[in-house]
Amino acid sequence: MTTRIHPLLGAFAALVFLFLLAPLVIIVGASLSDTSYLTFPPQGLTLRWFANIFEISAFRNTAITSFQVAILGTALSLLMGIPAAYALNRYRVELPKWLSTLFVLPILVPEIVFGFSLLKSITIGFGMPVYPSLILGHALLVLPYSVRVVGASLAAFDFSVEEAAISLGCPPLKTFMTVVLPNIRAGVIAAFILAFITSINDVSISVFLTGPGISTLPIQILAHMEQFFDPTIASVSVLLMLVTVGVMAIVEATLGLTFLTK
Amino acid sequence: MTVSLTIENLSAHYGSTQVLKDLSISVAAGELVSLLGSSGCGKTTTLRIVAGFLEPTSGRVRLGDRDLTTLPAHARDIGLVFQNYALFPHLTVMENVAFGLKQRGIAKPDRAKRAGSMLDRVGLSHLADRLPSALSGGQKQRVALARALVIEPPLLMFDEPLSNLDAKLRVDMRVEIRQLQKANGTTSLYVTHDQEEAFSISDRVAIMNAGRIMQLDTPEVLYRKPANAFVASFVGFENLVPMKVVSRDGATVTAEAAGGAKLSFSQDVFGPIKDDFVLATRADGLVARQSGEGIPATLGTRTYLGRAYQYKCVTVAGEITANGALSEPFDPGTSAVLVPVAEQCCILDPEA
Repeated sequence: MTTRIHPLLGAFAALVFLFLLAPLVIIVGASLSDTSYLTFPPQGLTLRWFANIFEISAFRNTAITSFQVAILGTALSLLMGIPAAYALNRYRVELPKWLSTLFVLPILVPEIVFGFSLLKSITIGFGMPVYPSLILGHALLVLPYSVRVVGASLAAFDFSVEEAAISLGCPPLKTFMTVVLPNIRAGVIAAFILAFITSINDVSISVFLTGPGISTLPIQILAHMEQFFDPTIASVSVLLMLVTVGVMAIVEATLGLTFLTK
Repeated sequence: MTVSLTIENLSAHYGSTQVLKDLSISVAAGELVSLLGSSGCGKTTTLRIVAGFLEPTSGRVRLGDRDLTTLPAHARDIGLVFQNYALFPHLTVMENVAFGLKQRGIAKPDRAKRAGSMLDRVGLSHLADRLPSALSGGQKQRVALARALVIEPPLLMFDEPLSNLDAKLRVDMRVEIRQLQKANGTTSLYVTHDQEEAFSISDRVAIMNAGRIMQLDTPEVLYRKPANAFVASFVGFENLVPMKVVSRDGATVTAEAAGGAKLSFSQDVFGPIKDDFVLATRADGLVARQSGEGIPATLGTRTYLGRAYQYKCVTVAGEITANGALSEPFDPGTSAVLVPVAEQCCILDPEA
C-alpha cells in the first residue's frame, strides 16, 4: 500500500529539491571543468583546480587560520556559553527575563553592524592584535548558538539530580563536571558543530577583523574571485562543502542527525 | 550511631514573604518525624534548609553535636530521597547506589560490595546494570532509597517520596521505607501532604500551617486530641461549635452555643474548661436522637455509611454533620436533637 500524493504537490516538492541541490551540482561540475574560466556543464574533466588550491599559499594559510579561529572561537564561546546557559536555567525564576535575550543579540544585530562595532571597539579601541580579535569576534558571533543549544539541553535537565549528587557528598563544581555535563553532552556537541560551521563560513565579521597577513578562507575566496575567475573558486567551495558534510557524517555516525534538529 | 536533629527558631523569607516563622522541632535519635501540611505551609522549605540548599534568615540546625547551619550542603552527610527520584540518568543502577561511597573515597571492591548488598536489601540486584530510564517508578524509588541509605547517613530526609507512585505501590513502599528506617535506626525527617501516609509511617507528626507548627505529636494524639481548631479540622473534625460558659456547678459546666442551645460538660472528663471554648467533633461525636440534652436541629440529606447513618443538619449554631443509629432512621426535614458523645468530643481553646 502506498500513500497517495497529489501530482502537483509531488512536482512542487521536486522543484524545491532541485532548487536546493542544483547549485551544489553546478559547483561540483564547474570545479572539474578543464577550462580556465568557470563554466557549466564542465568541458573535459580534470582535478588540476583542486591541485591548484594547494599550490596557492594564500588558500593554504587562510584555511589553517579559518580552522584555528573556528575551533578556538567556538571553544571560547562554549566556555562562556555553558556557564551562562546553566545560570539562565538554574536560576530561571530569580533572574530577569531580558537577560536571556541579551545572549542572542549577535544574531539579532545585523552582522555587518556587529562586525563594524567590533572593529571600532576591540581592534581600534583596545588596540588588540588581529588574530586574537578575530578569535574573540567569532566567539561572540557564535555565542548565541552555545547559549541557546546548551540551554535547550539544560531545560530538559532535572536539577534535583544535581542536588542529589551534592547531598551524597559531591562538591558543586565536581557535580557540574561529573553529573550535569554528561547529561547535556548532546547539546554541547550540537552547539559546537553549529558554532563551528557558522564560524568557518562567516564573511561579514571576518571582513572587518582580518588584517595584514591574516585572513580567513571565505575572505580569501572573495579576494581570489575579484582577480581570477577560474574554477579554483569552485573547487575550494567543494572542499568547504566536504568539510561540512564530513562533520555531519561524524555526527550521524556517533549521535544520529536527529539530535541536531531536536 | 544515631543522633538527634534539632531545629531551633528557624525563620526564612522568599523576598519579602516570610515562609517560616520561628520554627523549632526536635527529632530524637532513631525517630521518624513527618512534616505534614498543604502546599505552601513551609514543610519543603524546612527540609531544604536542613539539607543546605536554602539559607535561613535566622535560626540553627544541629545534628547530634554538629552545627549544620553554615556547613555547605555537600558536607552535611544527609541521605535525601526526592519526589521525582533524581537518579543519575547517565549511570547504571549499581553506579547510582555506589555514587555516595565513591565521594567518600571508598575503594572500588568495597564500594561494589556495599552497594551490591544494599541493592539486595531493596530487592533490585537483578537490575544492577540497567539505566534508570529502564526502570518503573517503584523500582526507581527503591534505587533512590538504596542510594541514600548506603552512605549510612546520620539523618535521612524524604521529600514527598511517594507522590509519583500509584495508590497500591504507595502503601507497599511506605511499609518498606518504614522497615528499612527502623532496621537501620536512622533519624528521619519526612515531608508529605498526605495525612494517611504521615500517620502510618511516623513516630510523630508535625502539622504545619503558614510557616508554623500547629501541633507536634504522635498520630494517636493528633487524631484524638487536636490542640487547636486548625489541627482539628485538618484531622477531620467536621464540626467546630463555639460555646460560652453560662454556669458552673462543681465539676459540671453548662455552656451555650450560638442560638441558645445549652450543653453540659464534666471537668472530670475534659479537664479545666475556660469561659470561651470550641466544641470539636467528627460526625460520630454527635448523635441524632428524638430527645435529650443537645443541639436542636433540622435533619437534611441522609447518607448510609454501613455502621451508621449520616445527616447534614441545619441548627441555630450553623451547619453540622452528625451520625444517627441504624435502628432509628430519620427522614429529611425531621426535627431532632444532636447529643454529644463525650469521649468523641474535644474542647479547644479558641486562642490556641
